Amino acid sequence: MRNIMFRFRGGRAKAAPQKQEKSEYRKAGRKLLVYGIILGIWALLAVLVPLFWPFSYSEQNADIRNQAISLTHWFGTDRFGRDLFARVWYGAGISLLVGISSALINGMAGILAGAFSGWLGGIADMALMRIGDVISSIPSMIYVILIMLAAGSGPGSIILGLCVAGWVDMARIVRGEILRLKETDFACAAKMEGLSSMRILFRHLLPNAAGPIVVNLIFLIPQAIFTESFLSFLGVGIAAPAASLGTIIQEARSQMALCPWQMACSLAVLCVMLLCLNAAGSVLEDRIGSAGEDRTLYRLDNIIADKSRPE
Amino acid sequence: MLRYTGKRIVTGILSLFVLATATFFLIHFMPGSPFQSGAVSPQVVDALEKEYGLSEPLISQYFSYMGNLLRGDPGISYTEPGTGVAEIIGRTWPLTASLGITALLTAVITGTALGILRAVTKYRAVKSVISTGEMLAAGIPGFAAAFLLLYVFSMKLKVLPVSGLLTPAHYVLPAVTLALYPAAVICRLTGNSLEAELRKEYVVFARMKGLSRGRTVFTHALKNAYLPVLRYLGPAMAYLLTGSFAVESIFNIPGLGREFVNSITNRDYTLILGLTVFMGTVVILANLLTDLLCAWLDPRTRRAVSGDVG
Repeated sequence: MRNIMFRFRGGRAKAAPQKQEKSEYRKAGRKLLVYGIILGIWALLAVLVPLFWPFSYSEQNADIRNQAISLTHWFGTDRFGRDLFARVWYGAGISLLVGISSALINGMAGILAGAFSGWLGGIADMALMRIGDVISSIPSMIYVILIMLAAGSGPGSIILGLCVAGWVDMARIVRGEILRLKETDFACAAKMEGLSSMRILFRHLLPNAAGPIVVNLIFLIPQAIFTESFLSFLGVGIAAPAASLGTIIQEARSQMALCPWQMACSLAVLCVMLLCLNAAGSVLEDRIGSAGEDRTLYRLDNIIADKSRPE
Repeated sequence: MLRYTGKRIVTGILSLFVLATATFFLIHFMPGSPFQSGAVSPQVVDALEKEYGLSEPLISQYFSYMGNLLRGDPGISYTEPGTGVAEIIGRTWPLTASLGITALLTAVITGTALGILRAVTKYRAVKSVISTGEMLAAGIPGFAAAFLLLYVFSMKLKVLPVSGLLTPAHYVLPAVTLALYPAAVICRLTGNSLEAELRKEYVVFARMKGLSRGRTVFTHALKNAYLPVLRYLGPAMAYLLTGSFAVESIFNIPGLGREFVNSITNRDYTLILGLTVFMGTVVILANLLTDLLCAWLDPRTRRAVSGDVG
């Protein structure tokens, strides 16, 4: 019998839940710190290397083509004799820039669209969501090419291109949350208090949806970086002499059999960046997933306590 | 149920129509012409455009295209003269679909098995190995994984072929690359929901009644825990059956995804439109199938579907 209790974790959960939960919470915090530090180093390198590294990311030198990893060229050189260490970190900077700025823009647009869609309901809701469906089912490559040809190629065009369809997922999530929160007692109480719609929506409902919003915002960054590197990999992204990690990987592809380090270095930098962002997102998601419901209840209790106090 | 299905099909057709319209105008706004390539003189381009009806006003082009589409004719490709769009889809889709189905099966089997293992194991090491693998598989972009696998298994160990899709051995690397992400998601979904399920009282009770561990997990808990995974199958199917450009281009497979990206870079209007509509159909059908499957398996969903939604 004891055996059963111990095999499934539920059996003993009653005994010491607090302690276990607390250590899990702390462990998640430590993990987040590690991911944060790695990402910080990545961002720092992406800023500092192009500034202080003795080689430039775009200068070609025919004498040092396809050199292996050495003390002068930490990541070796590519087939045009460009120093890969400078290039990879410059590319990582572009990727991070594109990822973070498009995630922020998409996040804002998605929050606004989702919040209004969920709050207004009816025809406005349906129209917004159907527009979102159509926009998101057209491949983002078409948008990026269109904008690039209209506004010239560069990070700005890519960010814009990613933003045409990127807000839809966020809007769907926020809309779902608002639809759920709209029906709660505290929203009802706020309405009865005579607060304006905008105030209820932005001061009471949206803060309660903060958990899913933050998690999704973090997941938007690696998604954008991934799409950007993929588009650059196809050749519709950042144009030469500028480079992103996707372009560098694409260039290294033809040298893969002879100079595998060219690809290995750029892939490693890209993968570590994406992995850290994704992992940080999942840690936060787990944390919020377990605390989300309790927090809503807590807030509800607060409001009820507030209102029941004699004035 | 029937009414629900009918409604879904009608909305599906409507969204396909809007999708085709939006794509039509978007791609015609893209600068460039399907006939502009290197050393072709402007006069030749003009003549060719006239021949294919591209010099007519956009609106009349749109109506004639949509009319043809309704009659089931998606037109002919501009860059591959004399080849119909339907023919191109018929040529590329079987490759993509067979690869996608292989990848889907791989993802479902490995994802489920590892998810169950993660939920029931009592060894911390097994748990963390699976979690780490899941994180890696979900976080590494497909083309990075493809290059890694290609380098290790085809170039260094030389055990698997580099490109093409001729023998079963050719399927291994692309299918594994494609399956990585869905497998990670399935593993995560199975593991999390099975873990939550195993904490419920009926499971402990079933064990106390003397049911074996395997029976409790497989016939009782797993049935309830598997619904989120089934719901994910729709998006997974949609993703795998429309083809991935990265994988198809790296492993040199003449599939749908590669054809699609090429058609965009070539400004092959009819081909882009035909492929977009076709992929849209696949996505809508995959989601519909999954929803019906979920409704069939889960009485709660069935009630919700035939109730207020229908």
